[in-house]
Amino acid sequence: MLRSLRPFTALSLTTACLLGLTACGGSSGSEDGSNASSASNGTSLKGQSVTVYSGQHEQTVKALAADFEKRTGIKVELRSGDEAELANQILQEGAASPADVFYAENPPALTTLEEKGLLAPVKPETLKAVPAQDSSPKSDWVGISARTAAFLAAEGKHADTAPPSSVRDLAKPEWKGRLGIAPGETDFAPVVTRMIKTDGEDAARKWLEGLKANAKTYDSNEDLSAAVNKGEVEGGVIDHYYFYRLRDEQTAAKAHAKLHYFAKGDPGALVDVSGAAPLKHGKHAQAAQAFLAYLASAPAQKVIATSESYEYPLVPGVKGKSELPALDTIGTVANVADLGDGKEALKLLQDTGLLA
Amino acid sequence: MSTLRSPGRPSPLLRWRAAGLLPAAAFAVVAAVASPLVFVGVQAAQAGWDQAHRLFGRPLVATLLWNTATLALAVTFATAVLGFGAAYLVERTGLPGRRWWTVALALPLAVPEFVRGYSWVSLTGSVRGYWGAVLVMTCSLYPLVFLPVAATLRRADTAAEEVSRSLGRGPFATLWRVTLPLTRPALAGGALLVSLYLLGEYGAFAMLRFTTFATAIFSQYKLGFDAASAALLTLVLVALALLLVLLEATTGRRGRTVRRATAGRRATPARLGRWTLPALASLTALVATALGVPVYALGYWLVRGSSTTLPQASVLTAALTTLGYAAAAALVATAAAVPVALYAWRRDSRLARAAERAAYLPRALPGIAVALAVVYFAIRYAQPLYQQPPMLVAGYAVLYFPLALTAVRAALAQVPPGVEEVARSLGTRPVAVLARITLPLVLPGLGAAAAMVALTASTELTATLLLRPTGTETLATRFWTYTSGLAYGAAAPYAALMVVLSVPPVLLLTRRTLGADPRTETTR
Repeated sequence: MLRSLRPFTALSLTTACLLGLTACGGSSGSEDGSNASSASNGTSLKGQSVTVYSGQHEQTVKALAADFEKRTGIKVELRSGDEAELANQILQEGAASPADVFYAENPPALTTLEEKGLLAPVKPETLKAVPAQDSSPKSDWVGISARTAAFLAAEGKHADTAPPSSVRDLAKPEWKGRLGIAPGETDFAPVVTRMIKTDGEDAARKWLEGLKANAKTYDSNEDLSAAVNKGEVEGGVIDHYYFYRLRDEQTAAKAHAKLHYFAKGDPGALVDVSGAAPLKHGKHAQAAQAFLAYLASAPAQKVIATSESYEYPLVPGVKGKSELPALDTIGTVANVADLGDGKEALKLLQDTGLLA
Repeated sequence: MSTLRSPGRPSPLLRWRAAGLLPAAAFAVVAAVASPLVFVGVQAAQAGWDQAHRLFGRPLVATLLWNTATLALAVTFATAVLGFGAAYLVERTGLPGRRWWTVALALPLAVPEFVRGYSWVSLTGSVRGYWGAVLVMTCSLYPLVFLPVAATLRRADTAAEEVSRSLGRGPFATLWRVTLPLTRPALAGGALLVSLYLLGEYGAFAMLRFTTFATAIFSQYKLGFDAASAALLTLVLVALALLLVLLEATTGRRGRTVRRATAGRRATPARLGRWTLPALASLTALVATALGVPVYALGYWLVRGSSTTLPQASVLTAALTTLGYAAAAALVATAAAVPVALYAWRRDSRLARAAERAAYLPRALPGIAVALAVVYFAIRYAQPLYQQPPMLVAGYAVLYFPLALTAVRAALAQVPPGVEEVARSLGTRPVAVLARITLPLVLPGLGAAAAMVALTASTELTATLLLRPTGTETLATRFWTYTSGLAYGAAAPYAALMVVLSVPPVLLLTRRTLGADPRTETTR
């Protein structure tokens, strides 16, 4: 009987030890509950901490946080996750949320929180650092980086040799069975929203119906990119950076996909913005503003521009990766106000049965 | 045959004594693990009738329900057949290498959830759609049936089967008329876990491009940021789960209660004869698909992915963190399962059974709903613990409580009837009876419960991302970080480590669940 008790005791002991370890390595708590140090310059915020919920590319945000900590002495508690899940978490947390900053991938998540009154205004100086159209019109969040919608084609296939110049073409019968899309991605909804704005709801609905007839649907842009690379489908609509990340992973010899951009002015030539926002119920408002100001500063934008996330910086004067075509040659930056909270797009995607 | 009695009901005196603390503990646990249902209810109530009308008025809803139902049906049936078949071959026939097969057949449990779908898809695109989903899920889930059935077969008295054969029934008639009914509770219990899991599963199906009802729930969370609509849809899953739980309650209970082997001998195994080769071939095929495919895919990315780097120190930290949380979750969930199972076992009342069944329902909820429920309650009622280690442990415990409960229940069912009353009648105090008689008797079951929870919790991702202390990394979160950046090579070591770490619990599980040879088992 004793013999059989032993593994259980051992398990308890291991647990106790490991949890002890984990607790030490975990969060260091919020030692600066008071807002006594309300001076506006960064130096007096030293020793404070700021909790950032980030749905952005984790490796890049980690680099940004480390650089910010070095410059300001403010400790960043970084919580990385899926942007939609984090947004849902903030919604459930409400006023008690420990989050000070929310850094999203796409505007709809931010706009939703803005509509629920959970965001606070960004400092005007920070907003001024990036073009006005890249931030919230209500100034509750600031644009940090940009990505573009593009067409990934399997190398050598017809989709590659004669790529579509307009995203509208993809609904035509000639694309039947050759196309892949990821309608459940938070990156795809903005393209639909844009389509609604440019062509009207009825045309957008018809377009989606055409896409549904033509395309295989994938769960994520990662899956879609891999499927195109394997030749499972001839091509698909993705954000540009998936191509570069795929290429890095597969090495040049094994990458069998090429990136094409839609013609300038096309609804598919969409430049979409990733933004960040201070939270209304955050306990470290000063530190949060300092972090946002940093994200919109030249040093942070350089980190973004050189990172493996392959996104475009937004601050004028900071150059993107040289292998990326210049942003203004691809398309116009979508007015973020036009992208809304994505509800219209979701409804249309559901109505047409592209989304469950 | 019909006179095999269910475990003796404790005497009225014992029942009366136990009426205090045990029910209180049991109901407290059930209330805690069923709290996600309350969350879903509260959220759903915030959605208006218009919203409900719009959501359920879509023609797609019927299709999705159909997809979920047909998939759950097919996979549950297939896992029941495979699980029972494999258990029968291992426990009741002269199959060569039985011990080895037991372990190999249980090992697919060690494959992390998100590796399952991914590995198949990276191998071939043809597994997409309904049949692909059936194949992948069957391969991943059959151990949930195999283990309890094998455990029942190993411990069960073989006299009935021998009598059947001595009376001239052939091996197949004996299998169908005697052995199968013997394992019915275990079979029904395993099938319930499989079917409940399928209702709420999302990730693997998304990868396989098969949409189920859970897909609709995820769209609401992911693109609509709309917990109310999501909860409204989730209620449908809860209703389906209720149906399944009731179904299990009727089929599982009709089974004959297993009498523990007391004579300490094994039945002469059925001779396979010319069936030996086909049996070996089918088991090999099963293990090769269920285990071989994920291992191959991981190996491929380890070797070929260009982002593969030498494992950094962070691998070790992540592994230790994962182990710590998995072990803690295992302890908490198992400890919580004891009062519930014990209460239902001692007091076979309708209320006790209902409480026990209710604890199964949350298993059908999508992981994100359970995680958000924990967020909702923790930030309101346990703020100091919010995003602290206990919150993640609690999340795991809620998610995997049904697994622990099943194992503890199965172990209690094997306790000889009346043993508690005998001890009581000899003047032992109730607490001492529990500590010195009942718990030691179910200890193998507790070990199995802990191993099962540790195993599943160590690969959990959705709830981990939402509930972990800020800055904490487990193997699963590291894997997620790299795969969402398309760096499969860099992600592979974390997944491989998850599989390797899962092997000891699986070994423990096969030993604990199945026990040693009956000979040593009964001569304590």
